[in-house]
Amino acid sequence: MKQLTQFFNSLFLAELFKGLSVTGRYLFKKKITVQYPEEKTPQSYRFRGLHAQRRYANGEERCIACKLCEAICPALAISIESEEREDGSRRTKSYDIDLTKCIFCGFCEESCPVDAIVETRIFEYHGEEKSDLYMTKEKLLAVGDKYEEQIAADRAEDASYR
Amino acid sequence: MVDLILSIYEIPIINILVKIIAILVPLLLTVAYFTYFERKIIGYMQVRIGPNRVGPRGWLQPIADAMKLMFKEIIFPSGANKILFTIAPTLTIATALAAWAVIPFGAEMVLADLNVALLYILAMTSVGVYGVILAGWSSNSKYAIMSTLRTAAQVVSYEIAMGFALVGVVMAARSLNIGDIVAGQSGSIWGWYMWPLLPLFVIYFISGVAETNRAPFDVAEGESEIVAGFHVEYSGILFAIFFLAEYANMILISIMAALLFMGGWLSPFQGVEFLGLGSSFLAGSSIVWLLSKTAIFMFLFLWFRATFPRYRYDQIMRLGWKVFIPITIVWIYVIGIMYYAELAPWFIKG
Repeated sequence: MKQLTQFFNSLFLAELFKGLSVTGRYLFKKKITVQYPEEKTPQSYRFRGLHAQRRYANGEERCIACKLCEAICPALAISIESEEREDGSRRTKSYDIDLTKCIFCGFCEESCPVDAIVETRIFEYHGEEKSDLYMTKEKLLAVGDKYEEQIAADRAEDASYR
Repeated sequence: MVDLILSIYEIPIINILVKIIAILVPLLLTVAYFTYFERKIIGYMQVRIGPNRVGPRGWLQPIADAMKLMFKEIIFPSGANKILFTIAPTLTIATALAAWAVIPFGAEMVLADLNVALLYILAMTSVGVYGVILAGWSSNSKYAIMSTLRTAAQVVSYEIAMGFALVGVVMAARSLNIGDIVAGQSGSIWGWYMWPLLPLFVIYFISGVAETNRAPFDVAEGESEIVAGFHVEYSGILFAIFFLAEYANMILISIMAALLFMGGWLSPFQGVEFLGLGSSFLAGSSIVWLLSKTAIFMFLFLWFRATFPRYRYDQIMRLGWKVFIPITIVWIYVIGIMYYAELAPWFIKG
């Protein structure tokens, strides 16, 4: 009996009509496409995009060249060289992030004891040559200076969860 | 001036050329916008929007695609047979377009009123597969030849089922002339051959989908296993021609289904006295009915593609040989019985 039902079901294409009815219904459903340059999806304040180096309010750079980020970076994208500044404090001579290696895991940000290296919400950037995607200390600080307001607001929102 | 134009039009060869252009230009435009609607409708069924960037609502998308393909370089693969490589798409498009010569668009609107039109169309669509075989072989590529073998076997198998389905139509209409076949369906919507020949109608259309290598029978293209099929080595305008031929064939299958099974240009309201429809223009035969019936089948092609996953190759063969051909043969006997019983309104001896 079961075989007989199955035979007639396949003979009269029952399953195929079921499938057609599903796609037929979806033809009239509301479309969920986000038309990107004009429309954007909402972003979390934890979004991990382009990196930035932050400064304190007095203009002093936060990074103390502890190299924790360099140690934890799973993609080996960060390379740091440190030196003693004239005032005796330990600072970075160079701080480079190779964005072509970076996997945007956010470990550098997590490991940083002074919240110096952060990942911003920026994801719409490009490089015309490979060196454009090699972020030096100057570039990172420039990003940080430009978006400090947004960065600080995002950290403040996340603070209660830490 | 008008007299001059009319007298030029009277020259037989000019007359025929004008008619050819009158068929081909709308056909090619339909092909172009068929690709647009394909992308739109499949997009809609996947809850997407589809192309909407080129021109208002994406209306110029097919034009942009055509321009791009025209200006692209034609690359001949190393070791390819250049002559056959260029002949292959030409052969495909020539047969795909030649079949349109005998398609009637109305009781009097036909380029070549052939008495064996049905055979001619079957012959033309069969020759088209040679283009595919040549393309695959001359490409000097293993993926192309794999796809060619699949396509050739598939098209040949389904041609038999399709041929048997058409035998049913010929038995019912007692003519191979498409105009006569449509005339045989007049009377009312119940006079259409899709009712007594329903299994053949379904098999004809499914075989048509398989013949044009469309989803779910598109193993010839099988992107996931053999890259893109027989035209994997083609680029530029030669590639475009293959697509032109494929879509022209899809429209041909659709218009044939409308003509042979759904009464062609006959109105579905024919003979209906309800609400005074019987006398209004809706009940009259017109090309509008033919085209809207064709559009239904064209939409079905797209609907199938958006719905069904691809058949496995051995299942395609099993469906063709072990399901469709037996059913068609059985139904041909049933038609014989219906004919003997003089089942009205289709099988009245006259």
